[in-house]
Amino acid sequence: MTQPAAPHFIKPLLETPFHGRARALSQVDSYVAWAGYTTVDVFTTMEQEYFAIRNATTLYDLTPMVKYRVTGPDALPYLNRLVTRDIAKLKPDRVAYCVWCNDAGHLIDDGTIFRLGESDYRICTGERQIDWLLDSSIGFDVEIVEVTERIAALAVQGPTSCAVLKTLGLAAIDRLKPFEIGYFTLGAHALTISRTGFTGDLGYELWMNPESAEAVWDALMAAGRSRGIRAIGSQALNVARIEAGFLLPNVDFVSAEHTLRTGRDRSPLELGLGWLVDFNKGHFTGRRALKAEQIRGPRRLLVGLDVAGNKPAHNALLYADDGGKREIGAVTSAIWSPTCKRNIALAMVDAPHFQIGSTVWAEIYLNRELVWERRMSRAQIVERPFFAPERRRATPPAEF
Amino acid sequence: MTAAQNEQLSDCIVIGGGHNGLVCAATLARGGRKVLVLEAAKQLGGAALTREFAPGFRVSAGAHLLHLMPADLLRELDLGAHGLEWAATDMASTALVEGGSPLVLGAHGAGQGLSAADAQAYAAYSARMRRFAAAVAPIFSRPAPRLGTDDWADRLALLRMGWQIRRLGRRDMRELLRIGGMNVYDLLEENFESAALKGALGFDAVLGANFGPRSPGTVLTLLYRLAAESAAGARAMSQPKGGMGALCDALGKAAVAAGASIRTGAPVAGVWVEGDRAAGVVLESGETLRAHAVISSADPKTTFLKLLGARHLDTGFVRRVNHIRCRGLAAKLHLALNRAPSFSGVSDSSLRGRLLIAPSLNHIEHAYNHAKYGEYSSAPIMEITIPTLNDPALAPSGRHVLSAVVQYAPYALKEGWAAGRQGFMEAALDSLERLAPGLRGCVVAAELLTPADIEQQFRISGGHWHHGDLAFDQFLMVRPVPGAAQYRTPVDGLYLCGAGCHPGGGVMGVAGRNAAREVLKSDMTSP
Repeated sequence: MTQPAAPHFIKPLLETPFHGRARALSQVDSYVAWAGYTTVDVFTTMEQEYFAIRNATTLYDLTPMVKYRVTGPDALPYLNRLVTRDIAKLKPDRVAYCVWCNDAGHLIDDGTIFRLGESDYRICTGERQIDWLLDSSIGFDVEIVEVTERIAALAVQGPTSCAVLKTLGLAAIDRLKPFEIGYFTLGAHALTISRTGFTGDLGYELWMNPESAEAVWDALMAAGRSRGIRAIGSQALNVARIEAGFLLPNVDFVSAEHTLRTGRDRSPLELGLGWLVDFNKGHFTGRRALKAEQIRGPRRLLVGLDVAGNKPAHNALLYADDGGKREIGAVTSAIWSPTCKRNIALAMVDAPHFQIGSTVWAEIYLNRELVWERRMSRAQIVERPFFAPERRRATPPAEF
Repeated sequence: MTAAQNEQLSDCIVIGGGHNGLVCAATLARGGRKVLVLEAAKQLGGAALTREFAPGFRVSAGAHLLHLMPADLLRELDLGAHGLEWAATDMASTALVEGGSPLVLGAHGAGQGLSAADAQAYAAYSARMRRFAAAVAPIFSRPAPRLGTDDWADRLALLRMGWQIRRLGRRDMRELLRIGGMNVYDLLEENFESAALKGALGFDAVLGANFGPRSPGTVLTLLYRLAAESAAGARAMSQPKGGMGALCDALGKAAVAAGASIRTGAPVAGVWVEGDRAAGVVLESGETLRAHAVISSADPKTTFLKLLGARHLDTGFVRRVNHIRCRGLAAKLHLALNRAPSFSGVSDSSLRGRLLIAPSLNHIEHAYNHAKYGEYSSAPIMEITIPTLNDPALAPSGRHVLSAVVQYAPYALKEGWAAGRQGFMEAALDSLERLAPGLRGCVVAAELLTPADIEQQFRISGGHWHHGDLAFDQFLMVRPVPGAAQYRTPVDGLYLCGAGCHPGGGVMGVAGRNAAREVLKSDMTSP
């Protein structure tokens, strides 16, 4: 791993193994701090990078994703008690999207669990939470080690991503099914590749030794030149993930470990993640609370919104009436979707207004050259995801 | 488990045949439930038992005085009819003073040797503390209210607690609220001159606790003890004939007479969970016993982490259980003596009572300082009884037993108890020898039970007599932890009834009775 050049208190953000390559491509010097690392927010323009996700191939450095290795004889019962999904159904070399909750059934975080061996798993998540993972291990024979710095990670996403990887010589990549893990070599470099991603498009995530990072980046850039490969920052990814209907921690929900005010925690049922909760697999943390909530019915639900007009409903309050008298929720994420050509949003809406097809009103504020305008826009509650192309699932993917 | 293996179905299985388990079983059986008590040891009693520690010498191996069990509980279970007799009641306490005359603190006032000011202050202090204790005592006999619920019963219970304190009157209420969070050192310094008196009174605030007299919250622990004693009534400090084991034998007989079954030598390996409810227990022998409700008198850590298992519980709850402070600091010393000991200046009648070695508050604090850093006290404090003076049958004719609670003996001794045991024993014997010259020469046999021994022999996590420190943050609605403080646990059908619950430890039995009343409220028709 790259050692910080200066003492941590002088230069608190770490650099990922791809940082040198990324800095060379950055035209606008736009960086954001992410889990203790400097990462690129925008390389050139957000629009250019977004369209590369939907039309070509993109590289996104996701090394800061926090990774924990879980091993030991009780690894499976441990994970099954930790997360709401049934990990017993997760076969070796497969990945599962999961959430985990506190005792009250409120979300602590979401992430993916990789099954790398019989009793060898990796949790990949947005925030550090070793204390919760260790407390959850009381009474289980498991070993939990953070391996974030030992693994460099690069997302290769977009319709031509499979073709680019094949050009690199990874012939068998087109047989990799969604959520499957494959093992490849690129010259002297070992690559673990999962068909996963945060774009809702065809794409892969490459996991490697930090020492291999620059060589793999260079090889991908060379192989992808004819297919419009481009490095992207977090802003473009954010547009793609909203189109795909994916949640972002601290944007669409706040971890129950971080909320200070009562009532700000969210359960998976409220976030529309009920499909991740398996009440029949045995006990897991939060099960009793979630069971009670299921019987009672959720008080609110995270839904997709199709908003009239073309102005994104950033942070808009939602009302049951166009007069703005009865407040029933708020928008958590909003964009103009360039691919859907729709003004879309994710929003938390109170019962009973969250039914698909219901109409709500969004209070949108527009700043037009420092003059504020308020607009009540009609919005309809719609199915998520907003964009789900067939190519994200097709195996083998078509040549683009 | 298959249906073919099923034993007969009980309404309730009580894990542990100590005093709380037996009180719970007797109360449940009297309430009409079919009850089975499972005790791991060969005899009933848990840590309240009488056993032979040297050929012909028997002693109460854990607690050696009964002063906390409410009078109405003894009456309710009619323990007299089930064989409970008293070797001594209303026993006085005598503070031993090296090179001075001992100070006698009877149940009804302080003896000679006090200055006029101290005698007057003692009378006022005792009366005031008795009033406070009486105001606090009713809290013990009901489940602790939960905080932050919409339940009217919880609110009513909180109001009742407030009312009990309010009706003390303005002056007393102010004083109670003023001293409630203080340490006992400051309180006693405010009131008295005599070091011996302060030492003896301060001793009761730290006995069995992870505290020295200057530790915060020690007035609360003292009030707690006095409140329990006030519910115990006029009999006060007493010694059952045949030792503490006789109490549990009587409790066992009362339970059986009410219809309960008891099995000894039946250690439970685990609580058996079916469909997210406790449906019985599995014994270490592999046998499975089914029941509608399982009530554990084992300490909370043992119950939740060993018998039930973390995998049936939420992480946050397990974290709270894991953080229960339950490292014992009290050791038990048993001496077999070839003659009655004599302590300098102590009268025969005082010798039959309770003797304290706690010559000053600073002495206690110094003794505790060692424990804070994982060392045993080189000059320990002690509560001593010579049970054979009141009950000669406990030893061969003309011979005697000395039983002492010796503090401080930290559970996690830095050097380990295998290495430290002899040194601590010597320190205790030296302290005794200074006050009772010639005692060492009379010792025929000696037994020292460290907290590590207590943990291992009585199956109590940390070897803590109270199954968890009695402290502000482990009282009432947070004892043992939120989510299990009303005897119910997160797992339906599993209850707690031991000293780890409200109102706590000592040979009191109230936790057992309160738990039984909660279980009796539940419907037993569905498994």
